[in-house]
Amino acid sequence: MDLFKRIFGKKAGAAASPDGVKTAPLDPTTVSRATVKPLQGRILMGMAQSVGIERTHNEDSLFVLQGNAAGLETLPDFGLYIVADGMGGHRSGEVASSVSVRSVARRLCEDSILQLLAIDPLADAVPLQDLMRIALEEANQAVVDRVPGGGTTLTAVLHLGHQITVGHVGDSRAYVLKDGEVRTITRDHSLVKRLEELGQLRPEEAEVHPQRNVLYRAIGQGANLEVDVFSLPMPRDAFLLLCSDGLWGVVPDQEIRRIVTTSENPQAACERLIDSANAAGGPDNISAVLIFFPPE
Amino acid sequence: MRRTTRALPNKTGETDQLGLLQPGVTLQDRYLVLGVLGSGGMSSVYKGRDLHFPNVTKLVAVKEMINMAADPTMYEMVVRNFEREADLLATLSHPAIPRIYDYFTHDSSSYLVMEFIEGRDLERLLHETDEFLSEEKAITWAVELCDVLTYLHGHQPQPVIFRDMKPSNVMIDQHGHIRLIDFGIARVFQPGQKGTMIGTEGYSPPEQYRGEASPAGDIYALGATLHHLLTRRDPRAEPPFSFSERPIRQINPHVSPELESVVNAALAYDPKERFDSVESFKGALLSAAKQTGILVSPQKSTALKLPSDVQELWSFECEDEIRGTPTVHQGILYVGCYDNNLYALDAKRGTFLWKYPTEGGIPTRPAAHEDIVYVASEDHRLHAVSADQGKLVWTYLAEGPIRSSPTLHEGYVFFGCDDAHLHVVNMMNGRRAWRAEAAGPIRSTPLVLDERVYYGCETGDFYCVDFRGEIKWRFRAKRAISSSPIMVEGILYFGSMDWTLYALEAEGGWQIWRFRMGRPTISSPAYAEGKLFTGCADGNIYAIDARNNRELWRFQTEHQVTGSPLVHEDSLFCGSVDGSMYCLDLRSGRKRWTYRTGGPITGTPTIAEGTIYFGSTDHHVYALLT
Repeated sequence: MDLFKRIFGKKAGAAASPDGVKTAPLDPTTVSRATVKPLQGRILMGMAQSVGIERTHNEDSLFVLQGNAAGLETLPDFGLYIVADGMGGHRSGEVASSVSVRSVARRLCEDSILQLLAIDPLADAVPLQDLMRIALEEANQAVVDRVPGGGTTLTAVLHLGHQITVGHVGDSRAYVLKDGEVRTITRDHSLVKRLEELGQLRPEEAEVHPQRNVLYRAIGQGANLEVDVFSLPMPRDAFLLLCSDGLWGVVPDQEIRRIVTTSENPQAACERLIDSANAAGGPDNISAVLIFFPPE
Repeated sequence: MRRTTRALPNKTGETDQLGLLQPGVTLQDRYLVLGVLGSGGMSSVYKGRDLHFPNVTKLVAVKEMINMAADPTMYEMVVRNFEREADLLATLSHPAIPRIYDYFTHDSSSYLVMEFIEGRDLERLLHETDEFLSEEKAITWAVELCDVLTYLHGHQPQPVIFRDMKPSNVMIDQHGHIRLIDFGIARVFQPGQKGTMIGTEGYSPPEQYRGEASPAGDIYALGATLHHLLTRRDPRAEPPFSFSERPIRQINPHVSPELESVVNAALAYDPKERFDSVESFKGALLSAAKQTGILVSPQKSTALKLPSDVQELWSFECEDEIRGTPTVHQGILYVGCYDNNLYALDAKRGTFLWKYPTEGGIPTRPAAHEDIVYVASEDHRLHAVSADQGKLVWTYLAEGPIRSSPTLHEGYVFFGCDDAHLHVVNMMNGRRAWRAEAAGPIRSTPLVLDERVYYGCETGDFYCVDFRGEIKWRFRAKRAISSSPIMVEGILYFGSMDWTLYALEAEGGWQIWRFRMGRPTISSPAYAEGKLFTGCADGNIYAIDARNNRELWRFQTEHQVTGSPLVHEDSLFCGSVDGSMYCLDLRSGRKRWTYRTGGPITGTPTIAEGTIYFGSTDHHVYALLT
């Protein structure tokens, strides 16, 4: 009950509006900025998607859910970001990616984000990494059951407080861009990447390899799915980029970095990233989510 | 004994759609279906009874090929492949290969009737135990597998490449011998069209991705199978061809270096670098077994040498057990004892300087700052004494025995007490600044960081309070938390009596992961190089990947590990109730040395200037040079 008092108690007086005062929309230019206290350290987000030039269908799915709270010291910022890149004929790729995104988002919302908002959280909550793994496994089962022949990559990032937890299968990527450096935090589950890691292929060979789209792990490819799950401290004064291979396979890392760091805001950056991939031929669907985490 | 011929993962929910045969169905008026042994992919295997033998129960395995190919050419190809398996098996004769009895087609499905093998496959065997497979067993089975592969590779007119060596295709029959099952070969790879995928079995050699099949591929797959058996790490759960990233002995130190190098040679990326034939693979296995003595006397375990690069600098005898942890401060070692005294010894020579008597046992670790030492005792008091002479400065009286070690932070001493409070006391005058409640006795050492205090208590509650003692969040484990928390990059780690090591996000207390051990733990974790280390009452010292809670290695001591590990450079030091102090290689968990004392070691070692200090319940304080 203490919590309730803290949250609502102080505002009781302020809520009563004086009689006879007309309310009208405020013109932002006439309002003195000093009356509004800007929230320091806001997380900014942008997202964009394009079917590309060569494809007729979009098989990528994107999902973003963000929460910010002010004044509630017990409620941290949170965010859920998912990118999935479907594959398979007869529309099964787009169904697979959208089914799995829904499935993952639903599980994570129910068991992590709604738990955050609960007044009495569950005594025995599932650890976030287990939850992430369960969410991707469930998505896998959903695709196996409903979309025969379909498959999808899926990269999900759950941001809670000062940690991010990543669940990843396939070859969509998550990058952290900080201090002029681009770092891939996920590991592509593609055969070519694996051969490159083993020193059997040079990066330039890998880029043009005929099997560069062959994955050894994807959602919807059998009952047993091994998911990469890990947690990192939330990056500070840095960007987190999630994208499908329609972006990273076409636009070099350094160009991604240049666009991200020279754009006005994450939304503009995402749009420029997609333009850049299309300008390079747009061979595949392109999806990007970019999140800026403020300095401490 | 369970009766199966193979253990394919059951695809629950799909069995009806797949149209599995129901028990009671009779095929060809001869084979009565008794149940499903496994199903997956393109085929199902049933346990059946041959009705041509009405007076006895002759069991058979009936493999049914399910052809779901819609395209007529594809359909034909699938049928031909199945026939090829039947034809091939019919020409083979080897004790490790199941005999084939019959082949027929019925209602557009094809069936293969084979010998029913009683026993378990290696995958199931792995699942049924937590133990590592003994080297002896692994070598025995590997040699038998080499024999059957040699037979296949020498088959006339054309060599047979098995192509699918993996634990689930190897049965151990009721006589303890291996049997190779599932010759569903001719794995056809899809050409690498954009968007298509090929599944990796985890055991397949790299060249199989190019469609090449050769004896060298079977050698690789056998190597992969052995790697899985010896390490218990399923290669299907790892990136392809990543065996070299999981050195066998790093995971299972009981494996001899000889066997490890044989398996590594079989797993060479380049087929030319593997054994040139299965026979030479077998030869290498046998000579490894000879060198390690397995062949000579199978019961002999590999004797552990005790490297003697540890040297006792000094030891000092007190009048009772030492269960706490020493502190070294300005060249003086301070340690509490169950003879109620706080001892001050010269850290270099071990000579007695002074002792300060409290009125209870001291299970904690003293804390020192400038010229004062703070020590908590079961006499309900926190004592502040002068560091040079052990003269009383002040005492603070709590309402219960104190078994939580004090933490010093910006002029205050933080400690928990059996009176179910966290006490915060001014270091200068011993006056209480504030205290915070807990649901039960606090025996963990509080962690103080960024104006937050973190501590666990004996009811299993874990608290985060601010500097006014107000609770920011609370987490609940199922049993007591006596282990003291540490924080790395915003994540708290601590163990609990509920057999679990927890990782919590420090801001809100959400669980990031948990790691389950074999028994309760009161050991406080240590961190280095992305790894967490903790002891456990199951006798193990564990190393866990902090990013994703994977077990990296474990080291088994001979009794409970209640003390906490200490990391120094690339070594991990940890005491055990078996009476020994262990020094392990941080990365592999391999033992560097042990030092035996006369009683259980329950405290944590301390290191200062290359010397490691710890107490034992044999009443002694030890100083060892590392």
